[in-house]
Amino acid sequence: MEQGLTHSVAAPRLSAAARRRQLREKAVAGFITLMAFTGIAALVLIIVFVAKEALTLFTDADARHEASLSKMFLPQEGRYPFRWQPVSDTPKVSMIPLFVGTLKITLVSMLVAVPMGIFSALFVAEFAPRRLRELLKPVIELLAGIPSVVLGFFALMVLSPMVKSLFHLDRPLNGTLAGLALALAIVPVIFTVSEDALTAVPRSYREASLALGATLWETAWKVVLPAAAPGILAACVLGFGRAIGETMIVLMASGNADLVSWNLGDSARSLSATIAAEMGEVVVGSPHYSLLFFIGVELFIFTFVLNMVASTWTKKVLQRLTGSAS
Amino acid sequence: MSLQPQNPRAKMEARELILRYGAKTAIHKVSLAILDRRVTALIGPSGCGKSTFLRSLNRMNDLISGTTHAGTILLDGMDIHDRGVDVVDLRRRVGMVFQKSNPFPKSIFENVAYGLRVGGMKDKAELASRVEKSLRGAALWDEVKDRLDESALGLSGGQQQRLCIARAMAVEPEVLLMDEPASALDPIATAKIEELIHELKATYTIAIVTHNMQQAARVSDRTAFFYMGELVECGPTEQIFTNPREKRTEDYVTGKFG
Repeated sequence: MEQGLTHSVAAPRLSAAARRRQLREKAVAGFITLMAFTGIAALVLIIVFVAKEALTLFTDADARHEASLSKMFLPQEGRYPFRWQPVSDTPKVSMIPLFVGTLKITLVSMLVAVPMGIFSALFVAEFAPRRLRELLKPVIELLAGIPSVVLGFFALMVLSPMVKSLFHLDRPLNGTLAGLALALAIVPVIFTVSEDALTAVPRSYREASLALGATLWETAWKVVLPAAAPGILAACVLGFGRAIGETMIVLMASGNADLVSWNLGDSARSLSATIAAEMGEVVVGSPHYSLLFFIGVELFIFTFVLNMVASTWTKKVLQRLTGSAS
Repeated sequence: MSLQPQNPRAKMEARELILRYGAKTAIHKVSLAILDRRVTALIGPSGCGKSTFLRSLNRMNDLISGTTHAGTILLDGMDIHDRGVDVVDLRRRVGMVFQKSNPFPKSIFENVAYGLRVGGMKDKAELASRVEKSLRGAALWDEVKDRLDESALGLSGGQQQRLCIARAMAVEPEVLLMDEPASALDPIATAKIEELIHELKATYTIAIVTHNMQQAARVSDRTAFFYMGELVECGPTEQIFTNPREKRTEDYVTGKFG
């Protein structure tokens, strides 16, 4: 600094080409940013809209009387402490049968779909010959593209009599049927994401394991699967999100009875199917209308909490695997 | 050195081995003996088939679809492609260390114990003592003894490679195949690995692929020079480096090509 500058520095001059280039970069970056924020803004607006409609339940005096929190979540007097009959003379608005129905159906579907999805991914990624793999992967992914109303119809017409006679059930439409039909919809989701996670495990892990005298199965189970655990967990969360939000299959196959029963042979009514079934006939602005939006908020909270739990768990697993916080 | 036999027999031997990837011949009629408790270096330019040859010794090439072979490979006089040989048993007798260190994303302890566990060892005390023995054998014990439960991926590159050697040694193979084990390491870590190879040859038969001429000269007893899928020359390391029979060998070891 002490020498001082003996001659002045020439002011840099941008060439026309450089200016054009910079302008183009700015325009493109601006456009991409705009697109990104439009998507995010749309999401935020949906949440705000749903929450606003649901909030009426707590601000409107009429609604507060008809559908208070205690009426929604606590047992009521009478023969049936938990009922969902929002359009009867004295509306009954207990959420409990809907929670039970949703959880029951989702659990059945996850119990079927998680092992099926993961093991079929393991088979395709680790054991199938290359030709078979190239055939199986797109075919299973095609399953994901089947409209849920078609799956629901299939459940109604084909699966229902089979399930009924197989498990000796009283009712043709029940939790087991809905869960199984739902599993058809989420197996491809779990499969695809798991398979990608398994394929991404470096070849060198497999070679090291095999060179130590492990069999293909031991390698797949003890090395490849644990290394892919974060991705497989993500696959299960995605599958759960789809299961809990899936509407059409459940609406068609569950029987939609507002029972508080963990019996898998009983009919069940889910949160999402309730919205779908009742939104068409509800009086806009009525307490019932707000209630349906409140159910939407609950579904949103469920998936949100699950995502949070899963992401913390994934971070923990990653930390244990790599020994660093990444 | 006293442990080494004066006139070693062939621990492994390839006879007229031909190996093809699809239509491409990777190894052509290679006959080579790997002597018992000696270090055999396989050298040659990239793509000459030396790594492929090494991988065929414990049938790692089986994993690559489209490979076919002709000729025989013997381990203690027994054909390793015989139907009576289980490939899992073979790989327990002929272990391998790879070019890129590839510890599992598990703890240091579990990495070394892995081969023992899949081999059926369940006793905790026995596992612990074998893990310690292997880590000591790989000159890694003092560096990791306080962090056996930490992830192996937190180790430095040189430590990871020594961990892989410890992992391979834990199952007590008879032959150790090393595919450029030090090529991704800095000179200090490389020196440690080479020192280790010196110690290991008292108990193990070692075959090592290397691109580094000085390394081959330093660590090996015998050197085999591969070129274009063929074995050009094999002999005592000193002879290969000072007085090779073939012109191609001389050109390669003196750095005229390769």
